[in-house]
Amino acid sequence: MTAVPVIHAKGLTVEFGVRRSVLTGRKAGAVQAVSNVDLTVDRGETLAVVGESGCGKSTLGRALLRSVPIAQGRLEFMGKDITELEGDALRAARHQFQMVFQDPYASLNPKMKIFETLAEPLRVHTTDSAATIRERVMDMMAAAGLAPDFASRYPHEFSGGQRQRVAIARAVILRPDFVVADEPLSALDVSLQLQILTLFRQLKSQFSLTYLFISHDLARVFGFADRIAVMYLGKIVEIGTAREIYAAPAHPYTRALIAAAPSPDPARGTERDALTLRGELPSPANPPKGCRFHTRCPLAMPVCSEVEPQMVGLGGRHAAACHLVTPG
Amino acid sequence: MTVPVADRPASRPFAVRRFFARHTIGLIGLTILLCAVSAALFAPWIAPHPPSAVNLMARLAPPAWVEGGSMTHLLGTDNLGRDILSRVIYGAQVSLSVGAGAVVLGAIIGSSVGLLAGYFGGWVDAVLSFLINVQLSFPFTLLAIFLLASFGGGFVSVVVVVALATWVNYARVVRGQVMSVTNQDYVEAARTVGVPTLRILRHYILPNILSPIIVVASFSMAQAILTEAALSFLGVGVGGTQPSWGMMLNDGRNYLQNAWWMTAMPGIATALTVLAGNLCGDWLQDRTDPRLRK
Repeated sequence: MTAVPVIHAKGLTVEFGVRRSVLTGRKAGAVQAVSNVDLTVDRGETLAVVGESGCGKSTLGRALLRSVPIAQGRLEFMGKDITELEGDALRAARHQFQMVFQDPYASLNPKMKIFETLAEPLRVHTTDSAATIRERVMDMMAAAGLAPDFASRYPHEFSGGQRQRVAIARAVILRPDFVVADEPLSALDVSLQLQILTLFRQLKSQFSLTYLFISHDLARVFGFADRIAVMYLGKIVEIGTAREIYAAPAHPYTRALIAAAPSPDPARGTERDALTLRGELPSPANPPKGCRFHTRCPLAMPVCSEVEPQMVGLGGRHAAACHLVTPG
Repeated sequence: MTVPVADRPASRPFAVRRFFARHTIGLIGLTILLCAVSAALFAPWIAPHPPSAVNLMARLAPPAWVEGGSMTHLLGTDNLGRDILSRVIYGAQVSLSVGAGAVVLGAIIGSSVGLLAGYFGGWVDAVLSFLINVQLSFPFTLLAIFLLASFGGGFVSVVVVVALATWVNYARVVRGQVMSVTNQDYVEAARTVGVPTLRILRHYILPNILSPIIVVASFSMAQAILTEAALSFLGVGVGGTQPSWGMMLNDGRNYLQNAWWMTAMPGIATALTVLAGNLCGDWLQDRTDPRLRK
């Protein structure tokens, strides 16, 4: 693609719990939730970020929206550096990138009617008249599959699926160039997950949106995402098109994630046993030396605990960070 | 055509009864409060005697229903023969206006401090929390006497001093509430949408912490009325010839043995007003939470 990417991040690092000692001026207790991540999101694509809880995928999504402070690195949005954007300039820029949260029960202000919640982005970012706002909100509600009479009701009157529709409508009403969806399905039951996924698809084609779709469920995103990035302990370990990742997962962690997904095919049972992940995710406050995955990797070699593997291109847009991978 | 039972419009008496059943607490509280407020507003027309009219012939007369009492002085008289009913009615003026003024002023100061400390955290919180702790560690009565003695008494001074006594209640509760509300996804969502900070505080934080503020306000009104009484007792109250419930309690202190009504009447008035405030607070708390609203 030759067009300017929507998101271009270089060496992005997010740190939490950093306290500078008053006496020594030294940093203490820093946790790198996202560590030196390079990521490009192209216009019109759906990029899924997949990983276990605590791997930093939500933090990465928030960092791309400048919702958490960026410790190091550079973040470009539509070719414009927004790493240093502050205050009103950042607030004004926010109409171009929006977010859908995981828990639809927590992400809507309980004291605001649905109409107010949906009108809020328009009131903050546009000078539309009350009538225009009303019209745009009603149009958006129709597009999100919400009945018009829901507008005058409060969030507590709705089910999780309906609330998530409202939250999605709020994120999309400004026609943003980029939407981060942070596990928008995990609070919903399975029948609703498919409906909401369909809504994401419809809105994408209707408003030509670009999604960063965060999920812990690799199987769920295969049919939905164009590209998939697999994260482990604050780093992207493999990235590629959904087809590439599904057909030829290169990183042992990706293979383990695919093996962990429930499959109707009993023949895959043996492979699954071989690749089952053991142990817990190590603490990101004290990540393992070398390859961060070596403590749990079934194929670990001596070099893995010494040298950190770099991203290696595997042809096409496929790349992985593993010593076992050879450039293709 | 048959209409399902649930869909039939409720008959009128039934609807009225349901309204009363649902709002009993609020109605009781509002009624008492309304009585107190109208007593304060219409005192000159309601009170049977001028509050300061001395009648030495009828000193320490008991209430009408006690042996020796008469209908002239329904609630009896005090040691100077002043009509207690009239004084209680006039006393409502001082107690309620000081209470209301102090609640409004205290709520504004305390909520603002709590809102800023809770939302911004960091050094703002450190400075404001320090202020709160200083206020809490200061012996309030001493401060009140000092302030009223140096700046003079009077209504405004008393309101300010009582507000100074109660603002920390709001500040501490609001600070904690704001901290928990600020961590809610909907506040982060508002920030992600790009809502300006002041608008977030007004539309997202404040409405969601209103119920605890109302509860604190009702308790603080009780505290304010009692503080006003204490200041009157110490002789640094609103002063003048205006009777206040606190002053009357103090007057009756020496006659508790033989004229209990001197203390009991303003005491009951105070207790009922405080109770009414609390009942209204409870009721409002339920009403302001849409999850509890029917």
